[in-house]
Formats: sequence, structure tokens, C-alpha cells
Amino acid sequence: MATEALTVSEIEGRWRDLAGTLPGAGIDWLDDFRAQGLEQFRASGLPGPRLESWKYTNLPRALRDRSYTPAATAQRTSLDRVASLLPAESTRLRLVFLDGRFSAEHSQLADLPEGVTLAPLSRVLRDAPQRLEGLLQAADYDRERALQALNDALFDEGLLLSVSSGIQLDTPVEVIFVGGTSDEAVESHQRLVVSIGRGAEATLVEHHQSVGSGNGLLNLVSDIHVAAGAGLTHLRVQETGDESVHLAGTHLQLERDARYRSLAFTSGAALSRHEIDATLLGENADVTLDGAYLLRGRQHGDTTSVIRHTVPHTSARQTYKGALDDRARGVFQGRIVVEQDAQKTDGRMLNKTLLLSEKAEIDSKPELEIFADDVQCAHGATAGELDADALFYLRSRGLSQEGARALLVEAFVAELIEDFPVEALRPALLERLQHWLLGTS
Amino acid sequence: MLEIKNLHATVDGTEILKGIDLSIGAGEVHAIMGPNGSGKSTLSYVLSGRDGYEVTEGEVLLKGQNLLDLAPEERAAAGVFLAFQYPVEIPGVPNTTFLKEAVNAVRKSRGESALDAMQFLKVLRAKVKELGMSDEYLKRAVNAGFSGGEKKRNEVLQMAMLEPALAVLDETDSGLDIDALKAVADGVNALRGPERSMLVITHYQRLLDYIVPDRVHVLSQGRIIRSGGPELAKELEAKGYADIIEAAA
Repeated sequence: MATEALTVSEIEGRWRDLAGTLPGAGIDWLDDFRAQGLEQFRASGLPGPRLESWKYTNLPRALRDRSYTPAATAQRTSLDRVASLLPAESTRLRLVFLDGRFSAEHSQLADLPEGVTLAPLSRVLRDAPQRLEGLLQAADYDRERALQALNDALFDEGLLLSVSSGIQLDTPVEVIFVGGTSDEAVESHQRLVVSIGRGAEATLVEHHQSVGSGNGLLNLVSDIHVAAGAGLTHLRVQETGDESVHLAGTHLQLERDARYRSLAFTSGAALSRHEIDATLLGENADVTLDGAYLLRGRQHGDTTSVIRHTVPHTSARQTYKGALDDRARGVFQGRIVVEQDAQKTDGRMLNKTLLLSEKAEIDSKPELEIFADDVQCAHGATAGELDADALFYLRSRGLSQEGARALLVEAFVAELIEDFPVEALRPALLERLQHWLLGTS
Repeated sequence: MLEIKNLHATVDGTEILKGIDLSIGAGEVHAIMGPNGSGKSTLSYVLSGRDGYEVTEGEVLLKGQNLLDLAPEERAAAGVFLAFQYPVEIPGVPNTTFLKEAVNAVRKSRGESALDAMQFLKVLRAKVKELGMSDEYLKRAVNAGFSGGEKKRNEVLQMAMLEPALAVLDETDSGLDIDALKAVADGVNALRGPERSMLVITHYQRLLDYIVPDRVHVLSQGRIIRSGGPELAKELEAKGYADIIEAAA
């Protein structure tokens, strides 16, 4: 009989078997943190389409008849090569995880600069668990946040990146999650803990990939804290195999004068959801959340974000653009919340989608919740086919119909890539965009 | 070079072209003049193969090849070039990338090898210089934010790069001041040659002072009602379309 994945009874059973063996078990505050996560998940269960923010993404249906082997017990095969987004000649700081297990063999952690901590979470929990206290953000009690609660309970691997005050870390930190390295479908709960100290700067490259169709499930939570005057640039590429399920939640907190800029490039997974909860806690905090999504077949890709302006003079820009082909479905739910004290907020949000097939679909829901009276906020969403005039113009110059379509989609998405501030990462992104376009009918 | 025989075409079920016969020899420049709504732009789109323009009767042969069976890109490969009345802005596509894709697509379908980046840039720079354009054009996105004059010059640059057998210029003078008009006309004249025919579509005689045609045809209500030498354009300018159309009726 097929078991349904991630049901409350299944998780309870697993908890009884596993809780004592999770890394860091026996540390009081961590045991409490996990127990609270389990309690919340038990109360809410897997989020389903009756919940407002899950209306367009039916996770229980996607997981029906699927069963997974927990990362801790899965067997893995060896892997020769792990693709990188960085140019070959780059100096590297790299952590690689194979279906949820840290792979020292593929990682590169030597020569860490002074003031930088970078380590797999299992090691931190073993050697210095106190370093995590206060950095892990527990999920709010909210049924819509049940996956994060589940992660609180079960996370057993991931990374800690901590950059001390005033340190400029020039080498990008690359974290690579590889799925499909096991013959079994592996479920893993991972945590990325990132803390950028006052006035420090860093670049994080988060890369999700698979061997083959990668039929696993990843539930990832990121806790990112950017202290006063600090900056973090974050590239996130999710190109896992087309049978995988990818669930990610990012908690982001920015203090005064802090800057965070991300580009999320999504072309993978049967079903993916990326939740972002960004809170601007200090004046002049500035956040840019960009995203590009390229989906085809029956892929489903969901981005659900909340940007909270809590104090005066903060700014946020969010631009998500994508192309959907075949029967692919995209979801963009973007909410900007401006609290009463957050005067002079500058918030802009834009979602633009090209529908390359009649059966492709986008559900776009930008929302503003404004409780202050002196703010500048704007949001917009467009969806449509490629411009017929532009297509004819290109074809009249000799480009084939396919070539003209590809050129227009490329231009539409490449704009975001060209805006990404780390030049060395752009070629790999453009290459992925072009590769995707070659598969467009 | 170009033979149009009894060409009928409809747009949204309405017949716009009602039997056009036109023959343009190699190296000749013909002008089509006509009032608004006479079918001038429809003719240019029918020749270039735009969707929504349905040919119900007649044929169009370029060097003996029937164009009407061909997709727009196949017509481009066969040597048809339409200089648009309203060139389309394509944000995000650099002009150089666009020109290279176009030139190599056409070369490929003609069985020629693609130009590598160096060869291509060499040819492109030479043409840009000949047309008195600035290299700045090449870095910018196709027509995006271009002035009217810049857009039309960009059309001429594309024509120069693609070296068509038949160039159709649709209202190339519209929206241009006299200096821009002169520059565009100089560019077009430089491309006149024994192996290239041109069809210049215009409402006003002004353009034909700069691009002097071998023949002038007057289009009215989907038919050519009168043909003559360059002096016919002057007569139109003096008398207006109404007189000529009435006289022909």
C-alpha cells in the first residue's frame, strides 16, 4: 500500500524513530525548538488549497501516492562531477550536499578568511551548537507556515555562513544541493543559516540540481540576517529534475542601512514553491528581490512573498518575469505590507509573464497593505503572448519562427540577468536561459 | 524581377486589393502613390507575407519564384525586404545581435556559410560608416527609444546588410524632417544597382525628389489606375489625387 508523504501520522511515526538521533539532540533549547515545530505541524498538517496562500498550489495532491526515504537512511551512489555556476578558474568556497547529506569530497572549505564561519550544519550542531542559538527563526504559529514548522522539527543538515563585522568576503560562497543521487526517492529537510555582521559584505550562490529526473523532495528553510550597513547578494538557481518537489522558505531580516539583493532563477522541479518573508527592520534598509521562471511540460512553479516595511525610509523592489510553455503553471503572490510607522516607504513590485502556449497559465496576485499615509508604492502584473508585430518584424528579416520566438523570450528574461550585479555569474545564467529556449517547441 | 498578376487580397473579409498588375524589371525603381486607404500598406504586407492578409486571387513572382507560398522568413531568404512604415521596437535585443541573426539566417537559407563574429562586424562597421550612422546604434536595443529618423536609418542599414533583390519601402518618408529624409534617401540611392529592384510606396511626391523612380503608379481603391514616368508624381502633387482619380474613372 502506498503511503502518503508528509501526513501527520507518518511524521509522528518518523519522529518517534528519529528524534533522538537528529544532530544536536539532547541540547535543551534545540530540543524545545524541534518539539515546538512538531507540535505546530501536528496542529496544522500539510497545507492544502483551502488556505488562502495555498489556493493555487495543491501540495497534498502533488504528494499523493508518493513515498520518500528520509535523508538519514537513504543509500547514495557516488558522483563524479557537480556542475557549478561559477567560472572554472574561480577561487571557491563550496559546500555540496547529496540528497541532504554533506559531501566533504565535493566541497571546498580550506582557506576560510579570518572572521568567516562556513560549515555544514551537522558539524556546527556537533561542535558548537550555541552558535545557532538566536539565528534559527522559529516558524510563526500559522497553518500557512506548516512546512517551516516541519523543517523546525526535522532539519538535520544545511549550512552556517557567518561573516563577522566589517569583513568583505570577495569569494562567493557556493552551496550546491544535488538530488537524485540515490536509487530511492529521498526526502530531506535542510536549513541555510546566514548571518552577515555589521558593515560586512558577501555573495551567496545557492544551486539546486539533480542527477536525472531527481524524484526527491527537499524542504529547505533559510534564515538570513543582514546586520546594519551590511550587504548580501544572493543568487538562487533551482534547476532540479522534472520529477522532484522543491519547497523553500526564506526568512530575511534587514537592519538599518542593510542591503539584500537576490535573483531566483527557476526552471526545475515538477512542483516548486519558494516563500519569501522579508522584514525591513531598520531605516534605509533596501531589498531587491528579482526572479526569472522558465517552465514547460506540466511543471508548476510558485513564488509567494511578503515584504514588510516596519520603519520609515525603507525601500523594496521586486521584479519577477518568466515564460511558461506547454501546460506549465506559474503562481506569483506578492504582498507588500507597510506598517503604520513606515512613512516614506518606497515599494515597487512587478510581475510579467509570457505565455508561450494556450494551455500555460499564470496566477498572479500582487497585493498592497498600507497603513502609513506618506508612501510610494506601486505594483503591476501583465501576462500575454509574444508581440505579433515583433515576431513578424524578425521573420521578415529572415529569422525562423522558432528563432524569432527564442530571441524575444531571451530578451525578455535576459534583462533580469543583465541587472544582476555579479558579472561572473551572468554567463552561466544566460547559458541556462539559451539552453531552455532550445527545448521550446 | 517582380511580376504581380491580378492580385486580390482581403483583410478581415474585406477586399482591399482588387486586381493589381505590376511588373518591375531588374534594377528598376518603381513608385506606388495613392491616397490613404488605397491599399498601399496592404500591398507591402502581402508582398512580405504578414498574417491576416489573405490573397484570394492572382500571383506574385520574384525571379520566377512564387512568393505567396512562402513564410515571411522564406521570402526574406528569396530576396524580399520590407522597410517598415513603423519599425518595431524590440527592447532587450541589441541591434548587432539582431543584424547578425538576420544576416546569418538569410545566408544559411541561401546555402552560404554563417559569418563569424569578426567577419560580421567588419562588414557591419563598413555599412554603418557608408550610411553616416554612429556605432552607438549598434549597441542599443533594436529601435528602442530611437527617433523617427534613427528608425528609418536603421531600416536602411538592415537593407544594406541583407542585400535584397527586391526592396519594398513603405512610407519611408513618414515622420521625417527634411534632413533625415535626405539622409535616408541617400542611403537608399547608394543601394540602387542593376541586380536590385525597388518598390517605393508613398503618399507624397516629396520623397521622389530624392529617390527618383523609373516608373510611377497611382493606386486607388485597390487598383492601379494610372502609370507613367517620374513626371506623373509632379502632376499628382500639382493637381491632387482627386483630379487624377476622377479622370481615370
